[in-house]
Amino acid sequence: MSEKKRIFIKGNEAISRGALAAGCTCYFGYPITPQNDIPEFLSTEMAAVNNGEFVQAESEVAAANMLLGAAAGGARAMTTSSSPGVSLMQEAISYMAGSELPGVIVNVNRGGPGLGDIGSSQGDYFQSTRGGGHGDYRTLVLAPGTCQEGYDMMIEAFDLAFKYRNPVLVLADAIVGQMKEPVTPWEPKAADNHGAEDWCIDGAKGREKRLLKSLFLEDGALAGQNRNLQSKYEAMQAEARADVFECDDAELVVVAFGSIGRIVKSTVRRLRSEGKKVGLVRPLTLYPFPSEVLRDLAKQGKRFLTIEQNCGQMVDDVRLSVRGIADSEFHGHMPGDLPGSDDFLAPIIKHLED
Amino acid sequence: MSEKLVFDAPEIMIDRPTHYCPGCHHGVAHRLVGEVLTEMGLVDDTLCVGSIGCSVFIYNYLDVDAVEAPHGRAPAVATGLKRAHKDKFVFTYQGDGDLASIGLAEIVHAANRGEKISVVFVNNTVYGMTGGQMAPTTLVGQKATTCPDGRCAEEHGQAIRMSEIIGGLGGTAYCERVSLDSVKNIRRAKKALRKAFEMQVNGTGFGFVEMLSACPTNWKMDPIAANTRIKEEMIPYFPLGVFKDVTKDGEE
Repeated sequence: MSEKKRIFIKGNEAISRGALAAGCTCYFGYPITPQNDIPEFLSTEMAAVNNGEFVQAESEVAAANMLLGAAAGGARAMTTSSSPGVSLMQEAISYMAGSELPGVIVNVNRGGPGLGDIGSSQGDYFQSTRGGGHGDYRTLVLAPGTCQEGYDMMIEAFDLAFKYRNPVLVLADAIVGQMKEPVTPWEPKAADNHGAEDWCIDGAKGREKRLLKSLFLEDGALAGQNRNLQSKYEAMQAEARADVFECDDAELVVVAFGSIGRIVKSTVRRLRSEGKKVGLVRPLTLYPFPSEVLRDLAKQGKRFLTIEQNCGQMVDDVRLSVRGIADSEFHGHMPGDLPGSDDFLAPIIKHLED
Repeated sequence: MSEKLVFDAPEIMIDRPTHYCPGCHHGVAHRLVGEVLTEMGLVDDTLCVGSIGCSVFIYNYLDVDAVEAPHGRAPAVATGLKRAHKDKFVFTYQGDGDLASIGLAEIVHAANRGEKISVVFVNNTVYGMTGGQMAPTTLVGQKATTCPDGRCAEEHGQAIRMSEIIGGLGGTAYCERVSLDSVKNIRRAKKALRKAFEMQVNGTGFGFVEMLSACPTNWKMDPIAANTRIKEEMIPYFPLGVFKDVTKDGEE
């Protein structure tokens, strides 16, 4: 029997430890609630564990641009923030996407718009999955619903970032960041930077100089670059993943992500114990969206209810996934209010019986 | 009859037609950077962080690895790059709109942290690439496309003096303002660059060189009149000199 030691930690610490296990050597960040445990933890552990660099930046704008710089150098680098701060990072994320630079950005989603509150929210779904900044680009988006997934997805995020030379967003929320759970740390195999040494800038000794840029002024150059990016995003679709729970004989499939998906799972379990035919699809990747999973279920004649802690964002992707075959109802739990599994009983039963 | 080469460019300079206007000083500044990098043996270890403005194309003229930073963010990008590659030589090349306006926070904090990077700051008192708008460095009375009657101190504020700010920060190791208006001043500028670059190479710290430069096109002057303007209008307001040198006073 393998002796895997479990530790009892907050999601923010799990995210931090996952990044260290992934071989991250550069962290840049700016204080904002509810993610402060991450920079506080890494301010000492980045150097102690990975002999890496920690910089408290002057702003989220600067932090994201430091990430861009470290990524250009081929380093495993990350930044973390929460909603208002992630808005400020969109400039650099767009440049990174345009210049095809890998980096990991964690958003511990809080309430908005504006200053909102410091409680949990899924209001940044659109910003996360539609690029977020200017121009036609996408970032890969992973959505942890447990502290363990926070750890695991950081390791996955770094691998995907280098595999596709693209920014990867880990969209957590205040619930995942602030709750404490047992987490089993694990060490991945040696980090694979997917040939970063062939494109990064590290001094042109014995080779042609390299240039990392997002400006394409020559006739047709930008169109060509956008075609390249679009074909890359097409290739990314293979990474779509979802946690499919009790869907085989379900009449109604609830679609919910992140911590809300986790809470809805408890509701579904309870309804199952009462013999109700309800299942859950919990997308683990938000971009690419697990459309095939939903489409296959739609073809089996299932009905859908999307539940989110926002006013209706992912429901658009659910509807696009099943278009022409089915539709999705929506139940939104307002950001600013912490839901329990009981809160979702009535809406699920209502749509089950409709 | 044979031709004799009497003056050549260092290998780091890419031989191609320039996109800069006649009389523009970016070409001189690029060349000085190229000469100093060559003389210091840094060419193969140099990582250039370009910025936004006319000089966004610096990577077309210098044969070194380069990355393009968003507007004003070059010092933050250079911070990340240098932290990832401590053994490489990292420099930014920025204009006055880029560095002194939209990128003010990034330059001040990179200097204050004492990042081991070098900054080449080309100050021509105007937004060049976008067509001559008022810059944070535009002198009071100077006409620009967004202040056609001349900059008014009451309405627009006064020109910001960056070397005085950077020289006053604890993390700065070397800070000097030079000018590219005359041969004598260009020679001085090269020495300043070398000094700032050496501060990075030997690990002393952050180096900053401000170069007063001409933009004849947007100043609506010929190149000679532009040089005269630097001497008669810019230098009196932006005094040349060393604003910080930690190797003086036995601080190193």
